[in-house]
Amino acid sequence: MKDNLDKKEKSLFNDLTLGMLLFKMRTFIALIVLILFFSITVPNFFSVRNMFIMTRHASQYALLAIGMTFVIISGGIDLSVGSIVGLSAMIAGGLIKEGLVLSMFGVTIYFNIFIVILITLALGITMGAFNGFLVSRFNVPPFIATLGTLYIARGFALLRSGGETFSNLTGEERLGNTGFPFIGSGRILGIPNQIWILIVIALIAVYITKKTPLGWHVYAVGGNEKAAKISGIKVKNIKMFVYMFSGLMCAIVGLVVASELVAAHPATGESWELNAIAATVLGGTSLSGGVGTIGGTIVGAFVIGVLSDGLVMMGVSEFWQMVITGLVIVTAVIFDQLQKKAEKKAAIQSNQ
Amino acid sequence: MTNQLKTKKNSDVCLSTKGIRKVYPGTIALDDVDFNIYRGKVNALVGENGAGKSTLMKIIAGVVEPNQGTIYLNDQKIEMLNTRDAKRKGIGIIHQELNLFKELTVAQNLFMTEEKVKYGVHLDQKEHYKKAREVLNKLKQDIDPNTKVRNLRAGQQQIVEIAKTMLQENLHVLIMDEPTSSLSNSEVEILFDIIEDLKSQGISIVYISHRLEEIMRICDYVTILRDGEKITEAKTDDISISWIVSKMLGRDILNIEMGHEIQDKNILKAESITLPKLSGGYLVDHVSFSLKRGEILGIYGLLGAGRTELLETLMGLHPEVDNEIYLDNKEVRIKSVAQQIENGLALIPENRQTEGLVPILSVRKNMTLSNLKRYTRGIHLMSDQIEKTISAMIKDLSIKVADIDLNMESLSGGNQQKVVIGKGILTKPKVLLLDEPTRGIDVGAKEDVFKIMDELADRGIGIIYVASELKQIMAVSDRVLVMSKGKITGEFNKEEMTEDKLVKASSIGHSVKNS
Repeated sequence: MKDNLDKKEKSLFNDLTLGMLLFKMRTFIALIVLILFFSITVPNFFSVRNMFIMTRHASQYALLAIGMTFVIISGGIDLSVGSIVGLSAMIAGGLIKEGLVLSMFGVTIYFNIFIVILITLALGITMGAFNGFLVSRFNVPPFIATLGTLYIARGFALLRSGGETFSNLTGEERLGNTGFPFIGSGRILGIPNQIWILIVIALIAVYITKKTPLGWHVYAVGGNEKAAKISGIKVKNIKMFVYMFSGLMCAIVGLVVASELVAAHPATGESWELNAIAATVLGGTSLSGGVGTIGGTIVGAFVIGVLSDGLVMMGVSEFWQMVITGLVIVTAVIFDQLQKKAEKKAAIQSNQ
Repeated sequence: MTNQLKTKKNSDVCLSTKGIRKVYPGTIALDDVDFNIYRGKVNALVGENGAGKSTLMKIIAGVVEPNQGTIYLNDQKIEMLNTRDAKRKGIGIIHQELNLFKELTVAQNLFMTEEKVKYGVHLDQKEHYKKAREVLNKLKQDIDPNTKVRNLRAGQQQIVEIAKTMLQENLHVLIMDEPTSSLSNSEVEILFDIIEDLKSQGISIVYISHRLEEIMRICDYVTILRDGEKITEAKTDDISISWIVSKMLGRDILNIEMGHEIQDKNILKAESITLPKLSGGYLVDHVSFSLKRGEILGIYGLLGAGRTELLETLMGLHPEVDNEIYLDNKEVRIKSVAQQIENGLALIPENRQTEGLVPILSVRKNMTLSNLKRYTRGIHLMSDQIEKTISAMIKDLSIKVADIDLNMESLSGGNQQKVVIGKGILTKPKVLLLDEPTRGIDVGAKEDVFKIMDELADRGIGIIYVASELKQIMAVSDRVLVMSKGKITGEFNKEEMTEDKLVKASSIGHSVKNS
């Protein structure tokens, strides 16, 4: 009886393996097809220089999407990322340009760039903690909690400068705060810093998801919250963590963007949360929680990045770009559902 | 035969509860319960659905907090703060519902929150794999620890739950809540071997099951709960199955007199109804039966026997599987719920709170939910007509409600159930499917529900009535089908049915050695 079952399983396995595998890697295949397509149709697309530029763009989406992946795997969603990017950029820009004004002492403190970075990162984490606090302690649905933070953070970003841009963020020698542009435009060993940042963060994120108890607990909370609670997982702490991690990613992206442009504009990052969610979903993360990988998300972010850069280089109008991106996202989710249906059917058939 | 036990020398008792009381809104789940778990023995806890078994176990395992009462472990009063705390004190539990993470691997599930870690953060996957292999080998299971739980059969998933508790260090007490409900016969044998093994290690086991043969075979002590109260405690050697059944059911306090007449005309004929299970086998396994006009057909079975799934399939909730029925001798392919309502079927679902009602809407809106079409001209709702119909229905079913615009939430359980039944009747069904219609409602309301069933049958409606309470199903039904593991394992006419026969038929397919 048991042997029979094994045999059935095995034959099913053989038939479906290759097809299923290709089907499962569809986003990665789509990325390669996209790159090939643009390489043929667009001159200069397939050059080292352009690859670096595209990777830099994609890496910004990818960082936000990595944070988003943690949140979505845990069963939540974070709509505030774009706004926190903007706020982080404005805080960093303000600290460099105007310093910290302590009016009661009549002094203005200009921080070293390193301190500016630390303050900005701490701010991102704090905003994330606020989200996590609302979700885990007050049971505010993540959609609403982070929607609130979206407005709050954007409001503060605008308030910081009264809607103005902080430009020319090179710092001044006499104030000891030069070097900001290095983050976004510098290179180490000939490779842009932005790519280094993505590599380091991605490795850390993969490590957390695969090799630490914390990572397991994130999957467990999103997969079956009740079981997680009964198993003794501190569900609230896990939720705090994912939103704080997402906030940290936003702060990093805020710094990178401001540094690259050598300017901070309060509208920075507007609607980027949607790109991050799209990249995450394209990468195979389930919006119902419990399923998803960092690798998939990064591939998803590159699909979106390459698609938009490639279309720009092809000279497709910005309006058509939006239509095409939307179609790609919807198609990806349809494929996801088809996969689920196929798996369900295969499971039923193998049992009859 | 019966032999009440005096509380013996305390050293025999590993864990005990004194005067446990737990109140949920509207019901007393447990009332003053003293429960003893004897050291190194298998202690059975028996009772009908809703008797409070699972609640008591959840209290002992730190999942639920009691309102009153104390727990003693080795004669010392203990406080059970949460599940972690209970684990630390050596109490393990296998819950009735599986608490697994389906998208994670077996090894991940086994070590969740008990991860082995190197350098503070790094998971020691090799150690996990090795330990998982060991414990699965001990359970004679050839499961790769790296498979996702989703890909395991239900029985294998259950084994993973068992393996989880076996990894627990310094285990004193192991609670098993219906551990065999999804196991195959060979897996049950393995489980029993494991239980013997644990016993010999001095671990005290609490075993909850509806399968009384199993209990007679492996348990040393039996404690019986009824309606949240402890009825008695006995040594298994001194008692028999029919003794347990009689204690479990208690006296019949229902006063039911059925007076409907069965017409000699088939209204429904089902042939070979099937519903495959995702993890293998069938939930409903080629079930055939017929139903006459004005007949009340009871369907009895244990949890998971496939009764609810059978009704759902008939109702068109699983259109992905091809099934055919004959209504009034006309062939009908089951395509959708809407079409089945049109064809004259109505389902009163098992779980009225989540499936039968929209609790935040009014009585009026709930009752007309599935038949608004009847009261519509174009897009206009004819309120007068609705009002008239509902008022008539409220009187018919003697629903106690001050105003039909009150929220459903403000009604008692029994009255809510009557509204759900009213909603079903308003669609003018030929066949009414009732799934546990009397669960969680008081005796008076139960009698009302039965009276309604009687009247509907008298009007020529065919009624299929699923229930777990033996006395009720025998009192109400003209004929009873017994289901087990998705199959019909017994059919009894009014004259033939006895409690013992029904119980026996309900465990066919789970048959245990020596029984």
